[in-house]
Amino acid sequence: MTALLVFEQILNSLQYGLMLFLLAAGLTLVLGIMDMINLAHGSLYMLGAYIAASVYMATGDFVLAVAGAALGMGVVGLLLEFAVVRHLYHRDHLTQVLATFALILIFNELVRIFWGPQPLLMSVPPALSGPIELLPGLYYPTYRLLIIGVGLVLAVGLFWLVNRTRMGMWVRAGASNREMARAMGVDIRILFRILFALGAALAGIAGAFLGPIFAVQVGMGENVLTTLIVAIVIGGIGSIKGAFVGALMVGFVDTAGRAFLPLLFYHLASPDVASNLGPTLASVLIYVLMAVVLFFRPQGLFPVRT
Amino acid sequence: MLARLAWLVALGGLAVFGPSAIAQRSVKIGFVSTLSGGGAALGIDIRDGFNLALRHLNNQIGGLPVEVIVADDQQNPDVARQAVERFLRRDRVDFITGIVFSNILLAVGDTIFESKVFYISPNAGPSEYAGEQCNPFFINAAWQNDNLHEAMGHYVQTRRFENVFLLAPNYPAGRDALTGFKRFYKGSIAAEVYFRLNQLDFAVEIAQIRAARPKAVYLFAPGAMGINFIKQYADSGLRLQIPLFLPGFSADQDTIRAVGSALVGVFNSSHWALELANPINQRFVDDFQKVYGRIPTLYAAQGYDTALLLDNAVRAVGGDLTKKEELRRAMLAGFNSTRGFVRFSPNGFPIQNYYLRQVTQLPNGEIRNRLVGTIFTNHRDAYVQKCPLK
Amino acid sequence: MIRLLPWLFIAFLGVFPLLAPGGGEDFYVSVLTKVMIYSIAATSLNLILGYGGMVSFGHAAYFGSASYALAILMREGIVSPWLLWTVPLILSVILSFFVGAIVLRTKGLYFIMITFAFAQMMYYVAISFKQYGGEDGLKAGRAHLPFLYLDDMAFYYVTLAALILSLGVLRKLLRSRFGLVLQASKENELRTIVLGYNVYSIRLIAFVISGALAGLAGMLMAQHTQFVTPYHLSWHFSGHLIMMVILGGAGRFWGGVLGATVLSGIEELFQNLTIHWQLFVGVFMLAVAFFGQGGLIRFVGGRK
Repeated sequence: MTALLVFEQILNSLQYGLMLFLLAAGLTLVLGIMDMINLAHGSLYMLGAYIAASVYMATGDFVLAVAGAALGMGVVGLLLEFAVVRHLYHRDHLTQVLATFALILIFNELVRIFWGPQPLLMSVPPALSGPIELLPGLYYPTYRLLIIGVGLVLAVGLFWLVNRTRMGMWVRAGASNREMARAMGVDIRILFRILFALGAALAGIAGAFLGPIFAVQVGMGENVLTTLIVAIVIGGIGSIKGAFVGALMVGFVDTAGRAFLPLLFYHLASPDVASNLGPTLASVLIYVLMAVVLFFRPQGLFPVRT
Repeated sequence: MLARLAWLVALGGLAVFGPSAIAQRSVKIGFVSTLSGGGAALGIDIRDGFNLALRHLNNQIGGLPVEVIVADDQQNPDVARQAVERFLRRDRVDFITGIVFSNILLAVGDTIFESKVFYISPNAGPSEYAGEQCNPFFINAAWQNDNLHEAMGHYVQTRRFENVFLLAPNYPAGRDALTGFKRFYKGSIAAEVYFRLNQLDFAVEIAQIRAARPKAVYLFAPGAMGINFIKQYADSGLRLQIPLFLPGFSADQDTIRAVGSALVGVFNSSHWALELANPINQRFVDDFQKVYGRIPTLYAAQGYDTALLLDNAVRAVGGDLTKKEELRRAMLAGFNSTRGFVRFSPNGFPIQNYYLRQVTQLPNGEIRNRLVGTIFTNHRDAYVQKCPLK
Repeated sequence: MIRLLPWLFIAFLGVFPLLAPGGGEDFYVSVLTKVMIYSIAATSLNLILGYGGMVSFGHAAYFGSASYALAILMREGIVSPWLLWTVPLILSVILSFFVGAIVLRTKGLYFIMITFAFAQMMYYVAISFKQYGGEDGLKAGRAHLPFLYLDDMAFYYVTLAALILSLGVLRKLLRSRFGLVLQASKENELRTIVLGYNVYSIRLIAFVISGALAGLAGMLMAQHTQFVTPYHLSWHFSGHLIMMVILGGAGRFWGGVLGATVLSGIEELFQNLTIHWQLFVGVFMLAVAFFGQGGLIRFVGGRK
């Protein structure tokens, strides 16, 4: 186990964590400010990936694909909010769970109808395929480096938006006390609509970037949803900073777990045990992390409401 | 008195001639396969190959009209169980076939065998059904899971590559794969990694490969898993430094279509090839391209052969599907397939050749497999000795 | 007359296997057994969700863990029906106690998400044991009683008895003081606390009883299909159960039974119609979410 390996895995976890953050940011705002549980957030991510893959296949232009996914999902987000979601704000959580769960089924099937049951295969743009030599001897795929870059830029952008703009101020006000914010004249309805659309657009961007790495297929949203929820619970519902920290922690623990736990077991026990216990213990690890965090901070690390 | 006698005669006649009088009017086949998700390409190919054979047979099996009921198992054992349950109890099928993945097969196999219905596998060949737990109602028309990997292990051994890095998904066929490889590859092993079934991001594993610096990498990863690994492996730059060896599963047309030039030059093993020169194969390859507009994979050939196997056997028993023992004998005796004449061992697995293929780019830009050599001749599976069946 | 409908349904369940001739009908006996098992599970969820107001997204955990417990016991060679019928139940009770003790300290969105996360954790733990099947599931079997061999027919009636038992437990509970306080805590938690009731304890007890009943259903399921799969530990299944309760009528006595029956029927119907049946189920669910206040039970009547 060398320093180069460790460094490469750290980069991997950064990449995974940042993409998770893009998804978590949108969802945590919806949860925190609108007090609405949206299980269909993973479906937005999936749809974004499909749009990106289609645009890329048609035009060969990756930038266009990402832009298409972002814009497309923004529009879908607006439409969805207008048609379905806004009727759910004042309903109880149970109804929200049921309705958004239904949306997952509907989205999955619509995608299957429209694009077919087989996964779409999106390749890394040729200009970005192949590695870059970061340090002597350390090669890292260019594309993943780009993801890290984009993720960081968007993270900074979101922080700026939430902490330095007027709209961000409304968002923070709405998150900590919705009624008061409304009383102070913030138009909650428009705010919600924009927020939801923004969350959808971010999910679309994440989908577009992850498309070439994962296969673009039906159900990709559900797999990511559970990890997402853990990240948000750890970080604290409603907080962008919390989503960032939560997502990075989850990314790190998951990657480190998958990378080093099997090796650890390999040295301690037989390859058979290592191959069985190692990887699956790694997937349980993020839940252990969640339990530990919740034990010390029942409302997550950076709760918005006290 | 006379009436009573007439009744007795009628009943007697019915009892004697009844079963064959109400003879099989048609053959009902339950086809359950993975038709959606990451493994869908495999199931769809098997289904298309199977249907093409039925077309060539004028929609008859052994001279009887055939009815095929298709179900999608969604690569989920639970869904497969429900489909099989329906086939057995509600539709009362005569044969079941279609399953792609070994773990799915193992979840439904016993239920099928207990109902005394034949399962003809067009793909999955887990070692569990080859040895002590072999079953007379199980026939595999393709290969035993270890076989293609055994062939590749033998090839890598003869090419004297040392320190090989092994990867496979963590499920029965994955374990069978590396067991098979190691049966014939005797050199040192850099690492043996089992990744999660349906895992799609291999950054972690590729980093491990880079750190381990093996002389070669052997991978088993059917469907989307293989596609992703190969793409990511190429992106990491390792593809040109450390050669990749594959079983035919990960180097056939479905993967080539998705991965393109990243696969060119890679050697892989297979029990079947496009160029095999027998009339059945030529007709299959030509018509498959005409009807479906794509080059067939080994999965399609397996689906095609499954139908031929059934046709041959049902014909041999004269359409009487109640003659289970004779049916089995007929199937084991062998049939003419896309690979030539293939016989079977008593455990239901085929005895056949295994070939070496290489992914090649033709002058016109098309990428396909080229038959390069033969690795094994009349190769049996390694578990047949443990099977008590004769 | 309408009020008698649920009882008529039970009666129908009672005689169906006797009426159905041989042939393909044993398929439907099997289907009805599954519907009854789901009814028990949905009723158990109804207790805490409908009557107690606790939106538990992790109910599958108690169902699935009992299933797995049974399968694992059998795998390890245990054949005593005493053990096979009781140990999984005890496990569900213990599990729901520990999880409940932790999660009931949270409220609202956190409660939902934490029950979700806990269930997922158990899912991953279960699939991590390769010797117990991993993601593929594990074979189980029937735990034959010394006085009764459980063929399909016998098992059908055992399940029916379990369903009636569960409904009996629910009825007893709801009429007791305990049940009244539970429902009160749903309507107005603060007031209930102020009145001097330990809402946390009451909820925990309800949670455990609910978990036990879910465990009963899970144990029956393992014996019915003679196979356990991780699906029954997944949040998808939890979502399914929630849908059944809401569809039938949350907080209504027959809500679980009605919801389980109708949902299973609808899925079966759609499955036979089109390959894209999940779309229709989704649209149906959405409609229920928006317009189904009170659930289908409104049209059938019946008491609270």
